[in-house]
Amino acid sequence: MSEAITRQIDRSHMQVSDEVAIQITSMNKWYGAFHVLRDINMTVNRGERIVICGPSGSGKSTLIRCINRLEEHQSGKIVVDGTELTSDLKNIDKVRSEVGMVFQHFNLFPHLTILENCTLAPIWVRKTPKREAEEVAMHFLSKVKIPEQAHKYPGQLSGGQQQRVAIARSLCMKPRIMLFDEPTSALDPEMIKEVLDTMIELAEEGMTMLCVTHEMGFAQAVANRVIFMDQGQIVEQNEPKEFFNNPQSDRTKLFLSQILGH
Amino acid sequence: METATPIFVRNEMLGPKEPPTSQRGVVKWFRENLFSTPLNSILTVIGVAFVYLVLKTVVPWVWNGVWTASSLSECRQIIAETLGPDSHAACWAMIAERWKQFIYGFYPMDSYWRPTLAFALMFVALAPVLYFGIRHINVRMVGAVGVLLMIALWGLGTDGAHIGLALVLMAALTAVAWVAPKKLVWLTLLYPAIGFFLLWGGSVWGPVGALLGFVILAFVWLGLQRQVGVVVAGGIALITAAVWWLSVQTHVTGALHAAMPIGLPPVRSDQFGGFLLAFVIGVTAIAASLPIGILLALGRRSDMFLIKTMSVGFIEFVRGVPLITMLFVASLLLQYFLPPQTNFDLILRVIILVTLFSAAYIAEVIRGGLAALPRGQYEAADALGLDYWQAQRLIIMPQALKISIPGIVSSFIGLFKDTTLVALVGLADPLQGITKIARADINWKGIYWEPYLFVGLIFFACCFSMSRYSMYLERKLKRDHR
Ligand SMILES: Nc1ncnc2c1ncn2[C@@H]1O[C@H](COP(=O)(O)OP(=O)(O)OP(=O)(O)O)[C@@H](O)[C@H]1O
Ligand SMILES: [Mg+2]
Repeated sequence: MSEAITRQIDRSHMQVSDEVAIQITSMNKWYGAFHVLRDINMTVNRGERIVICGPSGSGKSTLIRCINRLEEHQSGKIVVDGTELTSDLKNIDKVRSEVGMVFQHFNLFPHLTILENCTLAPIWVRKTPKREAEEVAMHFLSKVKIPEQAHKYPGQLSGGQQQRVAIARSLCMKPRIMLFDEPTSALDPEMIKEVLDTMIELAEEGMTMLCVTHEMGFAQAVANRVIFMDQGQIVEQNEPKEFFNNPQSDRTKLFLSQILGH
Repeated sequence: METATPIFVRNEMLGPKEPPTSQRGVVKWFRENLFSTPLNSILTVIGVAFVYLVLKTVVPWVWNGVWTASSLSECRQIIAETLGPDSHAACWAMIAERWKQFIYGFYPMDSYWRPTLAFALMFVALAPVLYFGIRHINVRMVGAVGVLLMIALWGLGTDGAHIGLALVLMAALTAVAWVAPKKLVWLTLLYPAIGFFLLWGGSVWGPVGALLGFVILAFVWLGLQRQVGVVVAGGIALITAAVWWLSVQTHVTGALHAAMPIGLPPVRSDQFGGFLLAFVIGVTAIAASLPIGILLALGRRSDMFLIKTMSVGFIEFVRGVPLITMLFVASLLLQYFLPPQTNFDLILRVIILVTLFSAAYIAEVIRGGLAALPRGQYEAADALGLDYWQAQRLIIMPQALKISIPGIVSSFIGLFKDTTLVALVGLADPLQGITKIARADINWKGIYWEPYLFVGLIFFACCFSMSRYSMYLERKLKRDHR
């Protein structure tokens, strides 16, 4: 897995500041009677790159989806960029416009061109003039290395290209935090690299990132912290080197042996 | 020296040849499609024989039909004289004599230009909607409609002044379609009032006042939307507009009419009939039921309990009741519920109920489209910060409607044909109403097939065009490959 990352990483802009970006305190979530997330406490500082891993069904997706309120939590507190997430729609809108999200299945809008996908939210949510939004979109499309596809439709692109468009689409909203939910797990191996490269570039620019991923190479190369979840709880968190070489809990050891072992 | 490889050099290049006769064109097609197996061959022969027998009786009957006669007996006499005593042929003379009634019902003859112009303008108003403001299609369509309108008006014997008026109007609209195709949307927005004014006549200020109500509605809604949210703003706007329509409008328009009496001779609703009636009901109900259907579909999927229950209740109730029952409600029951003095037009009542009826079906079709969208589309829209209405309008509806096009058009076709049911509440639809009247005429007593064929043919032409249009639309919107 680590073979996907071959390049040298420029760490000059990867600085973790003291400013808190996300603060989660004693947060619990239930689906009906099923207790998915149990007593989550977590602080993310600006500039941190956090990788969340854990077995299937452990609640990783649910956790990061709570951060932009795609899922509602039932108790505890989530504060994003100083805004607490409650049922107040104004706060939710505020948080969503600051937080970008990239999904496993890209979720591009198939009826719009790549460019329209990227300009839609800036135009309607940020009220950016169309011309300006298009310039910004082209900038980010160049950054993810597909400016020439701008006038195609998502269905005409490969999976890796679609995921890079999805990243560009989020970036067009100029988010301060990016959430990734298994961005590479629906992709063929050769496409994983191009998406990871894009994500590494983002990290190099100092973006605050939360990534649910099983790409341990990415975690080792880029993350400053790895969080291991199981059964809806945070079981272990540590800096990547320690996490991989010296796991503390038995569950972590088991998990690591399963995904790295062979 | 012996060489193992035989040397080959081509001196003359081969030109392309046609495939063998049995493998190309018509012969191939016949072999593959009609005579591929013995059973297939037998079926082909039987089928051809059947078609031949049908055509053998029908074609001469249609072809030898008599076009000029003043009564059925005269028709029969002409047929007997020309084709022999026992031969049969159609008597199209009846259609030739009465086609205007089939089309216009009892609309005053000297005003035929009004519904005709309204019909033509309908296509112009629809152009931006149907063809997305694509300039060359719009121009061609508006131009063609203009030419056809001129021919129709001339054929109807309209007076020169009105032909001139229509000519100027259509020329102006063609120019608009050419110079600024997007501007045609204004005609689309104004069309309901224009159509109403042309058809029913009366003072011009009535429709203007009604339009003004919509302008008020739009302004209040846009003004308040930011402060109180889309739904509440909509409610307040609706109430304001209702106050205008119900209590203020008549005074204002009355005063305006007194000052500037502009208008057309009024036409009563019971003078409507034939295809004019079918179109008025069908087109209005189609246009109105789509937005209502969309709202109902959204309501049914809403998280808000009250809205959801009301939508489900409405949809299930309407779908569970036959249209005829609703039409009887329109003609009889509403009379009891409405205040005694209200002169609530029967056609309007029928339109409202047909609209609600069709909206329930449309809602279910659209719900199917909504259900087919992956949840990720909603999530992506949410994650980007779009609010509910923006997400619906920009992301969800364009895709859901596209999926639902075949179903929606089927509903519309069904609705259009169902307009013939209004005969049961005493309106003169083309099939029952007008045909009955025509057949009751002493001159045409005993005529049977001709009027039904004529009406059927026009219905077929309309429904078939709708179906073709829906196929065009599907092809056009087929963008997401894979
Ligand atoms: N909408 C829902 N309703 C009920 N239960 C749900 C719902 N979504 C997820 N769950 C359950 O919550 C648990 C956590 O789901 P989640 O998607 O967060 O897991 P995950 O860690 O992301 O797993 P994976 O690695 O497979 O993506 C799972 O047991 C799942 O079955
Ligand atoms: Mg997941």
